[in-house]
Amino acid sequence: MPMQADEIAGFIKSALPDAEVIIKDLAGDGDHYAAHVTSAAFKGLPRVRQHQMVYAALQGRMGGALHALALTTAIPE
Amino acid sequence: MSENPVFDRIKAEIDASPVTVFMKGTAVFPQCGFSARVVQILSHLNVPFKSVNVLEDAEIREGIKSYTNWPTIPQVYVKGEFVGGCDIVTEMFQAGELQSLMEEAGVTAKA
Repeated sequence: MPMQADEIAGFIKSALPDAEVIIKDLAGDGDHYAAHVTSAAFKGLPRVRQHQMVYAALQGRMGGALHALALTTAIPE
Repeated sequence: MSENPVFDRIKAEIDASPVTVFMKGTAVFPQCGFSARVVQILSHLNVPFKSVNVLEDAEIREGIKSYTNWPTIPQVYVKGEFVGGCDIVTEMFQAGELQSLMEEAGVTAKA
């Protein structure tokens, strides 16, 4: 069952309350999104850890309900 | 021997080459856009690598995701260290960080 953009943003925000989340639908099929997540929680963490935090927020949907999520992360200026 | 026999097989694949890529398809015939991009980037950087086709091994395909707590394929390993998937490899490449990582690891083939 594909996911909706706001559903993805909701999961991320519930795990990272200060996060600013921008989601782009890449294919219009609810399965291929790009997400840019900015949060102070990423400060000092290597990219792999930052991405793992976002995947954890999606509670196992990544690679299942959500086939592809082109993810970029950033720390607020 | 770890608790998960698949982890030993995965570790053996990782240790078998300085650079290992768990991917869908093969380097010559990638069967997924994200895997193809990683192959492209490594080839562009002149980094030889061993590819493991997870489409031919369902056990490794699932096991690799819990091995590094990373839910997607492809996955790139340099000298046993998990570097990232397609997004991170692309981002590092664009930032020039991937080139220095490969040079520091001494895995770049002499042109």
